[in-house]
Amino acid sequence: MAKIISKINTRSQDFLDNAAHMQSQVDDLKIKLDNIKLGGGDRSRERHLSRGKLLPRDRVLALLDAGSPFLELSQLAAFDVYKDNVPAAGIITGIGRVGGQECIIVANDATVKGGTYYPLTVKKHLRAQAIAQENNLPCIYLVDSGGANLPNQDDVFPDKEHFGRIFFNQANMSAQNIPQIAVVMGSCTAGGAYVPAMADESIIVKEQGTIFLAGPPLVKAATGEVVSSEDLGGADVHCRTSGVTDHYAQNDHHALELARNAVKNLNRVKNIELNITAITEPAYDSSEIYGIIPKDTRQPYDVREVIARVVDGSNFDEFKALYGTTLICGFAHIFGYPVGIVANNGVLFGESAQKGAHFIELCAQRKIPLVFLQNITGFMVGQQYEASGIAKHGAKMVTAVATAQVPKFTILIGGSFGAGNYGMCGRAYDPRFLFMWPNARISVMGGEQAAGVMAQVTRDKKAKLGESWSESDEAAFKQPIIDDYEHQGHPYYASARLWDDGIIDPADTRQVLGLAISASLNKPISETKFGIFRM
Amino acid sequence: MGTITETKQSKMFTKILIANRGEIACRVIKTAKKMGILTVAVYSDADAESLHVHMADEAIYLGASPSRESYLLSDKVIAAAKQTGAQAIHPGYGFLSENSDFCKACAKENIIFIGPPVGAIEAMGSKSAAKNIMQKANVPLVPGYHGDNQDEAILKKAADDMGYPVLLKATAGGGGKGMRQVWNESEFSDGLAAAKREAKSSFGDDTMLVEKYLTQPRHVEIQVFCDNHHNAVYLFERDCSVQRRHQKVIEEAPAFSMSEELRSQMGESAIKSAQTIGYQGAGTVEFLLDVDGSFYFMEMNTRLQVEHPVTEMITGVDLVEWQLRVAAGEKLPKTQSELKINGHAFEARIYAEDANNDFLPATGTLTFLQTPLASKNVRIDTGVRQGDEVSVFYDPMIAKLIVWDENREKALQRLAKALSEYRINGVTTNIDFLYNLATTKPFIEANIDTGFIEKYHSEIFHQDEQNLANELPMAALYLVLALQQKAKVNAAQTNDPHSPWNQTNAWRLNEPHTHQITLAHQDIEYPITIEQKRQGNNSYYLITVNGKTLDCQGSIEKEVLQFSINGYRSHATISHQDENISLFRQNGVFNFTHVQPDCGTQDTDDAHGGLTAPMNGTMISVLVNVGDKVSKDQPLVIMEAMKMEHTIRAPVDGTIEAIYFKTGEMVDGGAELLAFTPENEGK
Repeated sequence: MAKIISKINTRSQDFLDNAAHMQSQVDDLKIKLDNIKLGGGDRSRERHLSRGKLLPRDRVLALLDAGSPFLELSQLAAFDVYKDNVPAAGIITGIGRVGGQECIIVANDATVKGGTYYPLTVKKHLRAQAIAQENNLPCIYLVDSGGANLPNQDDVFPDKEHFGRIFFNQANMSAQNIPQIAVVMGSCTAGGAYVPAMADESIIVKEQGTIFLAGPPLVKAATGEVVSSEDLGGADVHCRTSGVTDHYAQNDHHALELARNAVKNLNRVKNIELNITAITEPAYDSSEIYGIIPKDTRQPYDVREVIARVVDGSNFDEFKALYGTTLICGFAHIFGYPVGIVANNGVLFGESAQKGAHFIELCAQRKIPLVFLQNITGFMVGQQYEASGIAKHGAKMVTAVATAQVPKFTILIGGSFGAGNYGMCGRAYDPRFLFMWPNARISVMGGEQAAGVMAQVTRDKKAKLGESWSESDEAAFKQPIIDDYEHQGHPYYASARLWDDGIIDPADTRQVLGLAISASLNKPISETKFGIFRM
Repeated sequence: MGTITETKQSKMFTKILIANRGEIACRVIKTAKKMGILTVAVYSDADAESLHVHMADEAIYLGASPSRESYLLSDKVIAAAKQTGAQAIHPGYGFLSENSDFCKACAKENIIFIGPPVGAIEAMGSKSAAKNIMQKANVPLVPGYHGDNQDEAILKKAADDMGYPVLLKATAGGGGKGMRQVWNESEFSDGLAAAKREAKSSFGDDTMLVEKYLTQPRHVEIQVFCDNHHNAVYLFERDCSVQRRHQKVIEEAPAFSMSEELRSQMGESAIKSAQTIGYQGAGTVEFLLDVDGSFYFMEMNTRLQVEHPVTEMITGVDLVEWQLRVAAGEKLPKTQSELKINGHAFEARIYAEDANNDFLPATGTLTFLQTPLASKNVRIDTGVRQGDEVSVFYDPMIAKLIVWDENREKALQRLAKALSEYRINGVTTNIDFLYNLATTKPFIEANIDTGFIEKYHSEIFHQDEQNLANELPMAALYLVLALQQKAKVNAAQTNDPHSPWNQTNAWRLNEPHTHQITLAHQDIEYPITIEQKRQGNNSYYLITVNGKTLDCQGSIEKEVLQFSINGYRSHATISHQDENISLFRQNGVFNFTHVQPDCGTQDTDDAHGGLTAPMNGTMISVLVNVGDKVSKDQPLVIMEAMKMEHTIRAPVDGTIEAIYFKTGEMVDGGAELLAFTPENEGK
């Protein structure tokens, strides 16, 4: 394979400035996550521990194989969204190894608002299930939740992608032989009761776990019956009498051990039909990415420098290197898995879009997973380009991306604007995973452009009315628009709303992609049938 | 000449029977095989699949597992010899080796007893009689009373006269049984009673002798060999001073700082002792060597000793071969002037026992057994293999580890290394204890006497070792490295060998990659965090214990951890079995337990207040009755196991509800002995 020779000078002032700029963004992210990681406040954590329960992150740790990586998802969910502080949306989701098998883990954090489901908690739970379903990963639910967050019930309960979908997914995944295992480590009230009840196998912790459709207060209100939580729906009731749960655990650690045993009995084999090669680390240090990404987002750079710091041995066999050069396509390996890489090196022209469509066809035919490194302001505009059919060329690429059945992975490494987002496998195109770098921005167009368009429309209107508009008035008009776009296009805003699966440190790109690709291979790659390519 | 040689050759046995088991039976078989002699083993139920049975050409079943129903049945042993046509019987040590009746019975059946004549056994069989003989032959003796009058007052007067401390010994005894130190007048009566009880149960004879107890004596013994052509040589000395409860632990040859003059004085004296009683074959004369260089005859062992290999290592003589030659009527192969000391040898006795629990014998299955590699420097004499049982019926010795090198310092280094490479699982052993002993400064400096273990107890047991500043991170580092090594091996066997999910680096998104483990040392738990920095071969670890963070790096090759801790680089040999990690360092062994999460106790009600047998054994005394109120630490019953008494005491004040065993009954380890209600529970 051809090795990418880096042209970066790691001692140049630009490099150092860029690196410092990226570092500050990564640091800011990690500081925010340090707080989120704590979950609820000190008091609720202490109360949780004093009951002999493990904190949710410790539960995950104890559930995982010793030393297993954990690819956490949607860490910033609900960040700055609600009036309440709901760290990580009160639920921890991610992929980790249990008994040698990659599993989706969904763990309620009872220290955050009693583990109740806010709208984004539901969205995060459903996203984890979607990942499980798309990638054929067993699900382990560590349940400790008071159910729907009642003040927000209108955004939690009634709609298609709301609370009920959790159980719909459980039933359908179970039907597809995607195992569903529930560990009841706290309350499972009302709708929550269906998590263990719908599971293939369920475990309950004595004197901690309870399952009931209605808790003691509601029972008393409804029938006057006075009953304790434990007698109403504790481990003894459900393991000995009702049969709602299958395994009786002495404590959290025991329950997690039982869950590990349950996974070991799944009899699953990961069949990989890829030509896997031995791995070599990239020839260049991945942390050098920091210095490659220009501080000024408008400044161009060669995306091959990024690829060289992600793929095995920095080896990259480029496809159509001399044609449609604003889109880089080529073959490489990540952790030994063959991948096709599609990366932006400027605005998309008709040629680049056709090249992209061709390359995606190649990968779909050969069943090679696709990695999109997205940094795109959009397709080229202007009369010449419209006339040459950029819309149909763009449509070819979008068709190819939309229908390709190979696993797709998207990293937003810069801008993600307009139709470029579609052609480069944005969220709507069902990439198996989508992650953002902290410097990325996502919106229908850039803030400057949006402000410019709206200012133009306003000026035209004013001109019709014969009104004049001073430059300073126009600037004052544009600034809030620019600010809004900056705010809403920021990765924190995006990630808080689950537009992605998380923000990652650019230096971790290779690791994250490797984990994601490997996890995706639990599902055999299907044949692709493309739609009509407009010629 | 020709005819003489022929005669000699024709007299050498073609088949011998080994009336023993375990390592010594294997040891004898090895030499016999080397000499082209066929071998017959004997065995009990417990030994049906033992190594010695497999090694021998033929094997004859003797009887049930207890030795009195098998290995001590001289009739059956002789019948086995006759049945197989064995011309001679090698008795090994223990069992029938010093039994004059057996010796006589052999003679009667025209079977050669490979050992001394009956007369010599009889002469040395009683310690007091032996001393009388030696006194007449002007062999120096420790002041003492060896009289027949066993009246307690007479014995006590003798003790009072020679001054305390004194040693009470069973005249028929050996191996530390029926032996008691008495430090002052007031202890005399109790000590005598206990010694007599032990003597009675061990030998059926509670005749005692009283001796002056030397406070800093060394136990130095001389290996002698006599043929029936009036030749006698000594094969120099062994220092067996390091003992616990009068049982040898580590022996060495030659003894350190031994002048040639003293060596030949003791050697000549030993030969004189042997010749006085018309000795033939291999024998050992034990002396006490006082700090001033004076030495006293203790006893003569009329057999091959357990520790004979150290003599073999420094002299190049196969003592078993000599035994066979002498028994066959040949002359000693070498004269005194042809014998030379070459280098230094140690023997460490590896026992199934719990050194931390008063050397309580242990039993069980050797689920894992890996010895150091044998070489010209390292020899392992053993009678067991992986999967074998260390049973309650016989001596719990698993093996003898013998090392040799050109001087004491080098040999001692070899001993420590070999001990660190000895891996046994399934049964508690004294390997750690031996290692700690061998690496203790006073032992390295040969500052040894028979009180060594008591004197340096805290050093040997690392009781002063509170500061585990380096050892804890070392063990933690090892665990993480071992986890990663194992994961690599496992990954290679899967069809997804390079998956990053095979990593065991505790990788987290946007968080430090942190392993959390808990190690326990002497029941104290230490939570440790290990933050993994960088991936792959450049990994290093920030290990935090007790609030202190150290920068660590390392690698494991075979069983050696190479490490760097805050720039300090060194290595440790690791033994890791189940959750137990032993770190063998220059200054001793450190044991840690990798604490696993508490998964709660399953729903079994505690068998409350039950007192269980610590091991298989025999109930020898029940000291309480049903309904008795007892106080904490009060002795309740006495069991005998592994030839030692074990007193079961009340854990707290309480009442005896039931007693499940009678005196004389066999008890299985773990069996409930008594039902006991703690006092506070009644309230």
